[in-house]
Amino acid sequence: MKTESELRKPRQIGFDSLREKVAATQGRDFWRSLGQLAETEEFQQYLRREFPENASQWQDPTGRRRFLQLMGASMALAGLSGCTRQPEEKIIPYVNQPEELVPGNPLYFATAMPLGGRGLGVLAESHMGRPTKLEGNELHPASLGSTDTFAQASVLQLYDPDRSQVVRNAGQIRSWEAFSAAFRQAVGQRSQSGGKGICVLCETVGSPSLGAQIERIRGLLPQCTFHQYDPVNRDSAFEASQMVFGRPLDVRYRFEQADVVFSLDADFLSLGSAPVRYARDLCSKRLVDEHHQEMNRIYVAESCYTSTGGFADHRLAAAPSRIDAIARAVAQGVGAQGFEAGPQLRPDEAAWVAAAVRDLQANKGRSLVIAGDHQPAAVHALAHLINAALENVGRTVEYAEPADAMPMNQSQSLKELVQAMNAGEVEVLLILEGNPVYNAPADLEFAKAMDKVPLRVHLSLYEDETSRLCHWHVPAVHYLETWSDIRAYDGTVAIQQPLIEPLYSGRSPAEMLAFLSDDVGITPYEAVREYWEDNGPPVGFEDFWRRCLHDGVVAGTALPAVAAALSADVQVAAPTAGGQGIEIVFQPDSTIYDGRFANIGWLQEAPKHLTKLTWDNALLISPKTAEGLAGTARAGYKQNSIFQWEASGRMAELSYQGRTIQAALWVLPGHAEGCATLHLGYGRDRAGRVGDGAGFNAYALRTSQAPGGGSGLEIRLSGGSYKLACVQDHHSLEGRSHYRAASLDKFKQDPEFAHHMGHDPDPELTLYPEHDYSKGYAWGMTINLGACFGCNACVIACQAENNIPVVGKDQVLAGREMHWLRVDRYFQGDLDAPKAHHQPVNCMQCENAPCEPVCPVAATVHSDEGLNDMVYNRCVGTRYCANNCPYKVRRFNFFLYADLETPSKRLAANPDVTVRTRGVMEKCSYCVQRISFARIQAKREDRRIRDGDIRAACQQVCPTQAIAFGDINDPESRVAKRKKEPLNYAMLAELNTRPRTTYLAKVFNPNPELAEEA
Amino acid sequence: MATHSHKIVPGYTPPPDVLKPGHSLSSITDRISAMVLRTATPQWWLVGVSLASLVLLLFLMSASYLLWFGVGVWGVNNPVGWGFAIVNLVWWIGIGHAGTLISAILLLFRQKWRTSINRFAEAMTLFAVACAGLFPILHTGRPWLAYWLLPIPNTMWTWPQFRSPLVWDVFAISTYATVSLLFWYVGLIPDLGTLRDRAKRTFFKVAYGFLALGWRGSSRHWHNYEKAYLILAGLATPLVLSVHTVVSFDFAVSLIPGWHTTIFPPYFVAGAIYSGFAMVITLVVPTRKLCRMQDFITLRHLDSMGKVMLATGLIVAYGYATEAFMAWYSAAEYEMDMMYFRAVDGPYSHVYMMLIIFNVLIPQLLWFPKLRTNPAMLWVLSIVVNIGMWLERYVIVVTSLARDFMPSAWDSYGGTFWDYTLYIGTIGLFLTMVFLFIRVLPFISISEMRMLWREESEASK
Repeated sequence: MKTESELRKPRQIGFDSLREKVAATQGRDFWRSLGQLAETEEFQQYLRREFPENASQWQDPTGRRRFLQLMGASMALAGLSGCTRQPEEKIIPYVNQPEELVPGNPLYFATAMPLGGRGLGVLAESHMGRPTKLEGNELHPASLGSTDTFAQASVLQLYDPDRSQVVRNAGQIRSWEAFSAAFRQAVGQRSQSGGKGICVLCETVGSPSLGAQIERIRGLLPQCTFHQYDPVNRDSAFEASQMVFGRPLDVRYRFEQADVVFSLDADFLSLGSAPVRYARDLCSKRLVDEHHQEMNRIYVAESCYTSTGGFADHRLAAAPSRIDAIARAVAQGVGAQGFEAGPQLRPDEAAWVAAAVRDLQANKGRSLVIAGDHQPAAVHALAHLINAALENVGRTVEYAEPADAMPMNQSQSLKELVQAMNAGEVEVLLILEGNPVYNAPADLEFAKAMDKVPLRVHLSLYEDETSRLCHWHVPAVHYLETWSDIRAYDGTVAIQQPLIEPLYSGRSPAEMLAFLSDDVGITPYEAVREYWEDNGPPVGFEDFWRRCLHDGVVAGTALPAVAAALSADVQVAAPTAGGQGIEIVFQPDSTIYDGRFANIGWLQEAPKHLTKLTWDNALLISPKTAEGLAGTARAGYKQNSIFQWEASGRMAELSYQGRTIQAALWVLPGHAEGCATLHLGYGRDRAGRVGDGAGFNAYALRTSQAPGGGSGLEIRLSGGSYKLACVQDHHSLEGRSHYRAASLDKFKQDPEFAHHMGHDPDPELTLYPEHDYSKGYAWGMTINLGACFGCNACVIACQAENNIPVVGKDQVLAGREMHWLRVDRYFQGDLDAPKAHHQPVNCMQCENAPCEPVCPVAATVHSDEGLNDMVYNRCVGTRYCANNCPYKVRRFNFFLYADLETPSKRLAANPDVTVRTRGVMEKCSYCVQRISFARIQAKREDRRIRDGDIRAACQQVCPTQAIAFGDINDPESRVAKRKKEPLNYAMLAELNTRPRTTYLAKVFNPNPELAEEA
Repeated sequence: MATHSHKIVPGYTPPPDVLKPGHSLSSITDRISAMVLRTATPQWWLVGVSLASLVLLLFLMSASYLLWFGVGVWGVNNPVGWGFAIVNLVWWIGIGHAGTLISAILLLFRQKWRTSINRFAEAMTLFAVACAGLFPILHTGRPWLAYWLLPIPNTMWTWPQFRSPLVWDVFAISTYATVSLLFWYVGLIPDLGTLRDRAKRTFFKVAYGFLALGWRGSSRHWHNYEKAYLILAGLATPLVLSVHTVVSFDFAVSLIPGWHTTIFPPYFVAGAIYSGFAMVITLVVPTRKLCRMQDFITLRHLDSMGKVMLATGLIVAYGYATEAFMAWYSAAEYEMDMMYFRAVDGPYSHVYMMLIIFNVLIPQLLWFPKLRTNPAMLWVLSIVVNIGMWLERYVIVVTSLARDFMPSAWDSYGGTFWDYTLYIGTIGLFLTMVFLFIRVLPFISISEMRMLWREESEASK
């Protein structure tokens, strides 16, 4: 067995120097410098040495052929042959055409994306054997046809060239057989003693078949211990239900039944167990028109400004310690029992809470109180008590047995593992996915404890921080490459099926666990199928199995709601008085979650919901907190018309519980005072070429006692500054009427308010004859601002559908991000408690498009269906069209942003959309490729395109169905109906551009008692 | 010289000093042709041309880097899609206005003081237009396809999009360059004949002889020459107005606040003449001294050019005032915000302030005749105006784009190393061409000076 020092020994052929070179150009430069780097001799050597199975195969015709076979022979016909000049080879056509496979027509397969032990049902679009895009599965309860940013971006992770590709032993490439032999021997030696000394650490297990396999192993090797750890987990929720109901339970919310929603720091629209579903349910109660004028009302008390807070009708910024106090005040107000009263609220807080409590009480049984996952157990317990007192249980709140296969307190579980490792009791440690060296609580010193384990094995998608310190590293399969199953938030099981053979011969957790159970060599397919043969219907299994695979859900597997009685002796203790100093909040990041998505360029470059930062996290503080920091001044926030605080971008030293890190500061208006937020997932050094070196590592401060954060943070400016790439420098609307919103009362009085906020020009203004759009189709779109909370799903879906490149941090800093669809965020009102508005902006497809007459080469022209078409290969790149676009939605390829070199990235591209080269303008096309596809289908069936045949990528992904798209000539289409609504308005209509994309103004529902606040 | 267009009007007294007294026809020819035909190249020329071509190398380096990597090496971004390249284009085109104005319009107006500077100004025009013409090509994303802006019949069956001001630019600038070149060359023909006759060495005899197109100075030749020259002057005159009008359409036709302004055409033309005369002064003042041509380019010339600058400068100042007034008077929120951002509170307000100081305030010194006849002071002032006019274009191009309709898209712009080197590099290109010109061609028209001498001496009889 290699020792630690041997493991760390630098490899020969310039590996370190190369890595240094790459490290020097991490993140921001990666996308530009990769090509240059590839030409160096060092890199060539690195390639041959590090990826022999791949790189050399590519040059050697026989090997390459095998590679292609692996990917499915179809690919040779489709993607690859078109991209490169290849050596002359005979191509053998299909002898038997695979059933249903028509070149050019994608196939869709149902599967599910796992995250945090919960599944999100998706339909994967497969082009000639390669998945390129995911859509939501309408039959899946957590999806209902929509997805989120993580699911959208996961397809890029599949093709990530930085994914681990080989089995390694102490850094040296080994075969899977060598690993199996070694590991089987290690297990075999211990099987006599019941597996004593073997420990398995996995992420939250949401797979029933994997859970069953673990159960079987427990029977075979009773001494083998299983631990679970996810840095973002449900520990507090389980602890609270243990406290209140005597057993761990899942809480499920029925937002579609709730008229008043009260959130205790829960960002339930973006995170948690079912954000996509909850967003849909919540918004179903917020759609108003002439006839339907009832809305729910949302109260959010939160520390960091989140998209949920921005969506709320009333938001109260409160430090974590105040959240607890507010929860107690609400509990007191609604007459709940079984808790100690908290400290006195400030008068403004008290007034806010009192109004909310009256509203909650007036809506007993139709209200809902939800606590954030990262909140301590006490707040969750208080939420249970409040919901019980409000008679919400069984109506808007349901309890059910946990969907987890092994519900446990994960912090505790990890702590026990570390203790065992320190005590020398762990001889074999099998880490199944997860990256504990990076993301375990800092106080556990996981890496140090792990050092004491004689055999460490890590299954992982990347050779990450943990892999580096393990003896054996085994590449993991991506979920799109393997069979498994996964429960949704309500327990409904989805069978995950592979879309492609594993690209890098990865292994699944089931295959790894097979070494411990009696079924070595079992394939993931057999593992899942056998489980369901045992647990499925006794007769007609094949039909059942096919139905499950087709639908993407196993019918009837939802876990039923259970009656949960409050324990008689519930007593939620008051929190111990916090320490001095600023409170720190740790939350998963809205773009890269807990760090597992750090190497996905799409997510790194997705602007964060409220800060609009890309490529980095930062310590978020309120303007007042910034003012209080020695050495900074609040003054100058509007210097040079750019809304920025002096503190933003300054480096600071953060000291918290004896640990210190450096981080950049960012002032976020509306952040609670007296606390600071640092999002998880950044500051990685083994994430890959995209994610390395981005941001600051919050895990270095996070402790196992208080994973959600605590008090005692000291912020000391350290003098330096740091460039943070924010895509929206300007925070204010400057009094312009691009975004229109009004309260429900105002809407009732004046349903046409949106029209009175702007100026619609007379359509008769022009001297020229109008184009007649009434024949044929006229494509149009509406975006309902009242249903948009800025989740970015549309941005990433658009990026995936339209092959939009990632440009890197330095290009974002230069103002050259490429998103065809952006979500503008505007703050309004008081600097310390502003409202936040989100507005998706794509190409408006103006009928009088200002971009068209200025193009000197007719590269952007109008179609007779009203599309503003962009002809890439005609564009010479004068950029005049972008200058003249009042909406600023055109994007220019200042460099060659598209990655034409990386073989695996080529597979990820949508074959229906041109990949743009340097010097060409691009922009939203209303997904013209989807229009064409539907047109062909309709023509073959000799009919018109029906409403709903075409769904733009942004429309399809939207969790709240805020976007409608279709033929506005068809009066029955959803978009035509929406355009007739009184809330419909055109942005910048006064310029007479006649945009085809219009907005529905937002209507919010303030509590009259708090009206002055609204 | 049998005929001459400049008839002596009875009662008209030509202003003194357009030609220093004491010259004869032969002394004029001797002095000017010696500049070209002397064998010993002066030291200052060698030094000057070396420095200029060093800067030209900078241009070649910067352009190569740009072509290799793409326009991303510049500071342009979204929303500021145009930056230094377009600023420089407008600046150079503006400078290119003085030549034709002096040659054509002043010829038609019979301004005698144009005679000794017109050749120089015309050459400068050509060089400035050459510099300007590089930028629209280099600034495109795919310069190798920039020829698609030309109406060339092709297998793609596509024409340029004739509604675009950029296509109008192509026609306006190429027409202007062609007519200016013809005008300049036709004017050169008699002098090329003189040089051919006076050259000692065979190479120069052949070279100038070739270029002289068989000029023998017959009266028929003179007759045709005068006609052609006058026709070309007539053709060139509207072009002086049209070129910068069309260039201003690049902005005025758009709908961007700060661009979408009807005052742009006249305001641009005035600005162009302003900067063109400034550049003529910048070049003429040192040249007349170094070449000892104070006899031919007298203080009278400097004084007149100063007056033109003063007049056009005032028109430009009026343009600034009108822009600001209209922004307020229109009560259009975008226009007002734009003006406020540009002039008062924005990252570029200091540029605007400098522009006002350089283009409006300092040039008021030109009211003083003493200053207009002080070459050193006038030279400094011409540099100030050159810089001011560059800043004007920077303010127009950049601030308008940086702050249009969508607050969410607002961003700032700044030139990069490659922006600056390309700009400075074109100055190197320009100066190199100027140096070569004054060495190989007579930078004062010999034939026209001789006509002037005759007129002067007849008038003084």
